[in-house]
Amino acid sequence: MSNRAQRRPAGTVDVLVIGAGHCGLAMSHALSLRSIDHVVIERGEVANSWRTERWDSLRLLTPNWMSRLPGYRYDGDDPDGYMTGNEVIEFVAGYAVRNSAPVVTQTAVTRVVPAAGGYRVSTTGGDWLCRAVVLASGAFNVPVIPRLADGVPPGVLQLNAHQYRNAAQLHDGPVLVVGASASGLQLAQEIRHSGRPVTLAVGEHVRMPRVYRDRDVQWWMLASGLLDQRLEDTDDPLRARRVPSPQLVGTPERATLDLNALQAQGIEITGRLAGVRDGKALFSGSLRNVCSLADLKMNRMLDAFDEWADENGITTEVGPVARYAPTHVGPSPRLDCALGTEIKTIVWATGFKPDYSWLHVPVFDRRGNLEHDRGIVGAPGLYVLGLPYLRRRKSSFIHGAEDDVRELCSHLGDYLDLTARRQASGMFM
Amino acid sequence: MNVQERTADNGVNVEALLGAREALTEAPEAAAFKWRATSEWVSGTHSRATVDGFFGLGDEHKHQQTFQFDTDHPEVFAAEDNGATPVEFILVGLAGCLSAGIASVAQNRNIQLRSVRATLEAGMDLQGILGIDDAVRNGFDGIKVHYEIDADATQDEIAALVAQSQKRSAVFDVVTNPTDVTVTASKA
Repeated sequence: MSNRAQRRPAGTVDVLVIGAGHCGLAMSHALSLRSIDHVVIERGEVANSWRTERWDSLRLLTPNWMSRLPGYRYDGDDPDGYMTGNEVIEFVAGYAVRNSAPVVTQTAVTRVVPAAGGYRVSTTGGDWLCRAVVLASGAFNVPVIPRLADGVPPGVLQLNAHQYRNAAQLHDGPVLVVGASASGLQLAQEIRHSGRPVTLAVGEHVRMPRVYRDRDVQWWMLASGLLDQRLEDTDDPLRARRVPSPQLVGTPERATLDLNALQAQGIEITGRLAGVRDGKALFSGSLRNVCSLADLKMNRMLDAFDEWADENGITTEVGPVARYAPTHVGPSPRLDCALGTEIKTIVWATGFKPDYSWLHVPVFDRRGNLEHDRGIVGAPGLYVLGLPYLRRRKSSFIHGAEDDVRELCSHLGDYLDLTARRQASGMFM
Repeated sequence: MNVQERTADNGVNVEALLGAREALTEAPEAAAFKWRATSEWVSGTHSRATVDGFFGLGDEHKHQQTFQFDTDHPEVFAAEDNGATPVEFILVGLAGCLSAGIASVAQNRNIQLRSVRATLEAGMDLQGILGIDDAVRNGFDGIKVHYEIDADATQDEIAALVAQSQKRSAVFDVVTNPTDVTVTASKA
């Protein structure tokens, strides 16, 4: 007998949700409302990645008043503030408790395979048999580090955004931060404040002010309908999913975090890290263009906000129209720097990808990416949640889970009904 | 509002380009192209290059005609000036690539172009190639490109065309990013 045949099922359930973050718990809530039998399997504790994979100072990019999940919302006394990591953990954990969500903690999923009538999910606590699986294990499991990192000399300390907690971990001396999304800019600023010289390598990025016309930029994006934009209404859905996170930070001062602000703090900006050769980091000569692309895109977004405000008669409750200085690029941005002497530490803020290494179902494209139609994966009864632009622009935000979960839970419910009817009438799947 | 329906025609077959994009997403092996040139030394700093065919879409292709390009150096280099200098060909290539991109992006955005004029200038310190100062690189110390574009578009829309063109330009990438170059030689 094989090992697997000897393993007894830990349980049988209609729906198994993988991950007790905000998405998995929102799905659990929706399943409970439909009285669908389910369990949520969590490798650590509720909101695990917020407990284990975030740097100390990280706060949400959305203001508190936007933090909501199905049947649950922020009710504190600082609606315009931004939750710290610990507050996010409390918020999500509070949701699990309030819903009495059926979470099995400290149990990692090791393998998901098709089985008769659904899936067999192997975990560190035994095997589960289920009819449907919801992947809610997060979009940011594995840092994506460019292959050119292999050429970095051994004396240079390298950290990714999961390993970074605070600047005390870094070598003394100059730091190269690679990546100009929210993570890259936030880390560059924090490390600069520790007294270290910082160079920031900048590729394509998304610039926006924290506050526009006296309102949080997220308010504008939500109110004008931008965050509700559906994937099918974008020009290029694949590209929409690849857009890096906007250059934002949540601070009590509601300060704008952009390349001009960082340069004013003494951070040097360079083009994208394009290569490592002979112990030197080589930067692209495209810095001016990526800044220009971002400035133009920001202005188009602000134009759209103003137009929306005019059309809807929103003029008195918001501040005056404003535009911002173009991103400053000096006369000759640096094209290389010596690693080891000029740079002692590299911090990679070059994005993340989800980890589905345990998913043994043929649902991946030739690049190894999960194939799905807005959360409906190409295998019966398999669903995914919480990925960037899964169904809408807001899909990867906490408040974005509600609409996606409602629609996908409805699809899942129909699927369970259909397969149950088929079985009852003697048809086999 | 008085918005006129515009149908721009910049002579770019955008449908074909978008179709190619879709087809090559499905068949990435067909997207592997090889660009080629040959060159024959004539005399002194004068060479003549020939561009004839290329490989792509899984097959060999011929240009409509064979193109020849003379490269040489001007008289201030004590040469005969039989053609543009090789570094000037870099500018020619960059302008051709960016302008093609501008026309394509404009077509896709339904912007009618009337004129697209590029002026290019590259700085170079000869102390590099002459080996006078090791701290000076051989190549350009920078390239400046200015576009003057007459089109049915706002200033920002024109800036966005030029920016998008750079983002998708092969020659812009070649000159802004490192490229691994292998040069071999054999005795004829």
